Amino acid sequence: MEPFRRIYSIATPLDKVNVDTDQIIPKQFLKLIQKTGFGQYLFYDWRYEKDGTPRKDFVLNDSRYKGSVILLARNNFGCGSSREHAAWALLDFGFRAIISTSFADIFYNNCFKNGILPITVDEQALQKLFESKSEIEIDLEKQTVKNDNVSLQFHIEPYWKKILLEGLDDIAVTLKHNDAISKYEEKQVSNPRSS
Amino acid sequence: MLLNITEKILARASGKNKVSPDDVVFANVDKVMMHDVSGPGVIAVFEKLKKTGMKIEKLWDPKKVWVAEDHFVPAADKISAQNVVLLTQFTKDYGISKHFKYGMGQYGICHTLSHEEAMVLPGEVYVGGDSHTNTTGALGAFAAGLGHTDVAYVLLNGKIWFKVPETLYFKLNGKLPDYAMAKDLILKIIGDIGTDGAAYKTMQFGGTGVSEMSVEERLTLTNMTTEAGAKSGIIEPDQKIRDYLAQRGAGNYNEIHGDANAQYAKVYEYEISELEPTVAKPFSPENVTAARELSSIPLDKAYIGSCTGAKLDDLRAAAKILKGRTVKIRTEILPAAISIFRKAMDEGLVKIFMDAGVMVGPPTCGACCGAHMGVLAKDEVCISTTNRNFPGRMGHVESQTYLASPLVAAASAVTGKITDPRDLK
Repeated sequence: MEPFRRIYSIATPLDKVNVDTDQIIPKQFLKLIQKTGFGQYLFYDWRYEKDGTPRKDFVLNDSRYKGSVILLARNNFGCGSSREHAAWALLDFGFRAIISTSFADIFYNNCFKNGILPITVDEQALQKLFESKSEIEIDLEKQTVKNDNVSLQFHIEPYWKKILLEGLDDIAVTLKHNDAISKYEEKQVSNPRSS
Repeated sequence: MLLNITEKILARASGKNKVSPDDVVFANVDKVMMHDVSGPGVIAVFEKLKKTGMKIEKLWDPKKVWVAEDHFVPAADKISAQNVVLLTQFTKDYGISKHFKYGMGQYGICHTLSHEEAMVLPGEVYVGGDSHTNTTGALGAFAAGLGHTDVAYVLLNGKIWFKVPETLYFKLNGKLPDYAMAKDLILKIIGDIGTDGAAYKTMQFGGTGVSEMSVEERLTLTNMTTEAGAKSGIIEPDQKIRDYLAQRGAGNYNEIHGDANAQYAKVYEYEISELEPTVAKPFSPENVTAARELSSIPLDKAYIGSCTGAKLDDLRAAAKILKGRTVKIRTEILPAAISIFRKAMDEGLVKIFMDAGVMVGPPTCGACCGAHMGVLAKDEVCISTTNRNFPGRMGHVESQTYLASPLVAAASAVTGKITDPRDLK
């Protein structure tokens, strides 16, 4: 996977709560089994008219956000079905980070496994990010999110930080280091994942 | 230190004497499941790993892996047919013998097979490539859904990381009235705590309300813990569970029970004896109201199916209403597994349904997730015994689904409007 160090981008604001994985990638695309190419179907029902033309009122079709690699989302993003296709579609479309007040559990884990950084922030910070139009800098090494309005530190499990920074494959790494993980895990008590 | 059932199972599975909420454990998995959507997803992960040069010659333990064909069967189109071929080749290549195949005896929705076939036993750690894997926690197991990469990892290694979840304990007092079901209760609870009210927590159910409830009704409670964002749902095993599993040939397992006076992050208490029939309006399972408040809503379809609402008890409840009556709207009843279909025939339920004008069909997740086998058109309104009513869940993105118990769904099928079973003439 491509290493994740620092990204600098305007953010695409998706102002909806409880966005479930079927909105992210509708069921008709689950039959496709390659891991790439899902980006064209991302948020399909919200993004396109019946005849396939892009809906002007949907944020992904707004030219102001073209090339954005950061998605701003509302509470409980990624709820519903466990389909990992949701993470595949977001990545394939170009998103490398998602900022929200909370994520559904299975989706949250699926993000890390596919090189996407999910960042949990408090309500007030998220609101400021939604209101601001300026570019956002996310620095994974320093664990910071910054723009004209906001400067904050976020929490991430050290393991996931390393995986993302180095662009490692989770399965390959864990299989290689099974014994070390078991030893580490015996000593370690985790922190709550939200910052 | 006193431990609850979830903490005890995770401690046992990770070789520890005790664990506490927020500890990260590397737990041995006892059973893992994938179906015809997550299976091909897992295969895609395997293919990607192989491209990096990794050799995958065998799985950690093929005997602990089982496979269901449920989402796109009967094959919805050429691609879904091909996926079943792909999955079949995978189970053959890796020596997975428990593959429940459509059209070859017992098959059905994965979560239903997990209990109908006693694939999972009390005290076990069970993971599956589906968010409603939580269902099986009603047998006294730790049961949680995973993404495709995590399932692939378990297939190779037999272990997975968990952060030990906090437990919310729901103490259910009294006994459900005969016009209400576990579905009404879990909708009420989700309405109270919200769709992220149990995010990364376990929802445990106990009290007389649970001990009075049948095993299948308990499974409805744990099934829908997913809709409150829960990591897992669980119920302490009792004699009813032992009898249920014994009838299915399973007797050799080690039950795990929580300590008396174990700690819970929060305790909720419910008096359930006068619970109202409850319905979740579009487009969220937390959007609940009493069925009677919705009696003016006209419907196009009633759907009694899925892992949530097409177990034998669900079909019996629907039959109680439909006996001697006819349906006024398009109504489909799809038993959740072939074994349940057969019992429904033997008990005469299928005859009652067909006499009422209902279409009875084969087990599938198809219409519940809006994939095939009876999806909704634009602006159509459906009352359904399933578990989700997000926009477009059962078909067109502008269709609407109301979630309800089998009693309410059947009563509504008879009148064509949302109907409290007590109000049926």
